[in-house]
Amino acid sequence: MSTPATTESRAETQRRRIRPPNLPRPRLPRRNRGLLKEEEIVPWSIGDRIGLAAAWFCGLLLCAIAGSIVLYMLVRGLQYLSVGALFEHPVILSTTQSTGTAGGYLDPIEGTLILTTLGTLIALPIGIGTAVWLSEYGRPSWLARAVESGVEIVAGTPTIVLAIFGLLVFTQGAFGFLSFTAEGGAVFGRSFFIAGIMMSLIAIPLIVGATREALQSIPAHVREASYALGKDKISTIRRVLLPASRKGIATGTTLGMGRIAGDTAIVVILLGATPLEPQGDVPILKVLQGTGSTLTSYVYNNSPAGEGNAPQKAYAAAFVLLIIVILMNFFVDLISRKGSDPWAR
Amino acid sequence: MGPLKQPPPVRRIVVDDEPTIVQPPKGNGTTEEAKTGAAALLSAPRKREGKRATIKERMTLDELGVAYAGKPAVKAVSLPVRQGEVLGLIGPSGCGKTTLLRSLNRLVDQTPTASRSGTIYLDDQDVDLLDVTELRRQVGMVFQQPNPFPMSVFDNVAYGLRERGSRRPSRAALRPAVEEALERAGLLEEVKDNLMHPALRLSGGQQQRLCIARSLAVGPEVLLLDEPCSALDPRSTSLIEELIMSLREEIAIVIVTHNLQQAYRVADRVAFMYLGDLVEYGDADGVFGAPKAKRTREYVSGGFG
Repeated sequence: MSTPATTESRAETQRRRIRPPNLPRPRLPRRNRGLLKEEEIVPWSIGDRIGLAAAWFCGLLLCAIAGSIVLYMLVRGLQYLSVGALFEHPVILSTTQSTGTAGGYLDPIEGTLILTTLGTLIALPIGIGTAVWLSEYGRPSWLARAVESGVEIVAGTPTIVLAIFGLLVFTQGAFGFLSFTAEGGAVFGRSFFIAGIMMSLIAIPLIVGATREALQSIPAHVREASYALGKDKISTIRRVLLPASRKGIATGTTLGMGRIAGDTAIVVILLGATPLEPQGDVPILKVLQGTGSTLTSYVYNNSPAGEGNAPQKAYAAAFVLLIIVILMNFFVDLISRKGSDPWAR
Repeated sequence: MGPLKQPPPVRRIVVDDEPTIVQPPKGNGTTEEAKTGAAALLSAPRKREGKRATIKERMTLDELGVAYAGKPAVKAVSLPVRQGEVLGLIGPSGCGKTTLLRSLNRLVDQTPTASRSGTIYLDDQDVDLLDVTELRRQVGMVFQQPNPFPMSVFDNVAYGLRERGSRRPSRAALRPAVEEALERAGLLEEVKDNLMHPALRLSGGQQQRLCIARSLAVGPEVLLLDEPCSALDPRSTSLIEELIMSLREEIAIVIVTHNLQQAYRVADRVAFMYLGDLVEYGDADGVFGAPKAKRTREYVSGGFG
């Protein structure tokens, strides 16, 4: 008896509502059509419409930008990319040019892989250690706050600043064993070691953040369950907490690797941006002590802005770099999608 | 619009009152008249039929008090924990049941603001003088949320056994102990073919029994259960209650529960706590069937909580 009365009064209120005259009413999703009468649907205000349009526009614009980057690099890269060049060393044409403009780009690819591996290997233990301390110990609290802001400052420092700072530190004579040294004992402060150490500073904040988040998402009762079995804190961290946060650690590491692979400033200043020039005689050490280049510095040097002015090589190398970084991001996605909280209710 | 209904009157609850301790009857065994009285009140089927063989006092709480940041959570509670009978701790939320339970294996030490007074004895030894690792091996604990570690079923049970000596025992050496623990927890039949599968793939009830197996593997004398069934379905709950019944002869069991029917089903002795006080302790039939204290009577009959 009361039901028709209430529907009528609702329609009454709807009708009395002030609405701009000629606005079309929003379309309902198909499954909801017919549930409301046409006049019961309240049209949106102008402001909401503008907001929605702006949101659509921004989203589509970003998609378009990303798509055009990939497409452009794909076209240009495939145009100049030859499989043979992937496995060829660059050739130095003149002594004034530090990077070869003839030949392939095997050296930069090797350099990217070496530097990324080295930087990640240095960053991993430091990052995980910092995250474990912050999350599981973190006392005294003023020290924890200091460590946190330290990590944030490192994360916020531009890489060119890190590079200049690294040059300042590692040209000191004491660090000569790490880098390319001249006959007279002058320390150049350029090597894979030094670039890798400074590169690790880019990855550390990312690893710390991801690991810490993973550790903090482990419920307290899981830790207590381990204590209740008579385990101490150290073995709890080692046997339960770190295995449980493996996915977080992997995500942070892959993000860090992408950032290392994409950085140019540190390579140009601390790696020399030369072809692989080993230093000394010890098999692997000589490469790490020597200078080299990565795809980023190769692109820079061969671009119209650089010394080489060989844009076709720059495009091809940039394409290879883009593929490497996209692959890394793909793996991040894969890992983080799998990593759901195992103890979620 | 009709007039507002009068809200039901709020019951006044007695707060400061002497605890009511009902002494156990002489000799072992339940008193028949108490049992029939309880059965008249609660018609839940009992699982704890049968005579208890031996009753041994394992732990004693003497004037135990716990405070968080100076605010008392448990006030001067004295209780025995006996092997051969299950002790059920009941009471509304926030009344100190879990805190009491956690102080038995000194897990309250983990809370930085917690302070404790009184003494807890494990086999006539002050637990504060025991090595905390040793204490926790003898007093196992199972939590409300099933929390197996992110490793295989086998490794979960073996977790407590490893790193005992300086040498890590091999998998083959651990196998008998692991299987025995799983057998005692009634899980071996279900998992024996895939001991190496990840434990987090098991169902919730299986995970909880795995957690019990993990505790049993270390060989505890006392097992603390903190609302072990509140996250489980009735079938798993029933399995775990059966398990508690089968374990009570060999291990002293303390179970915290919100579920009065569950306490009635599994507990031989019941302690009712309210706002940190021990209100009544006694035989389960007595506490449920003929509670001595007013607060117990009101709580058991559903007056508050």
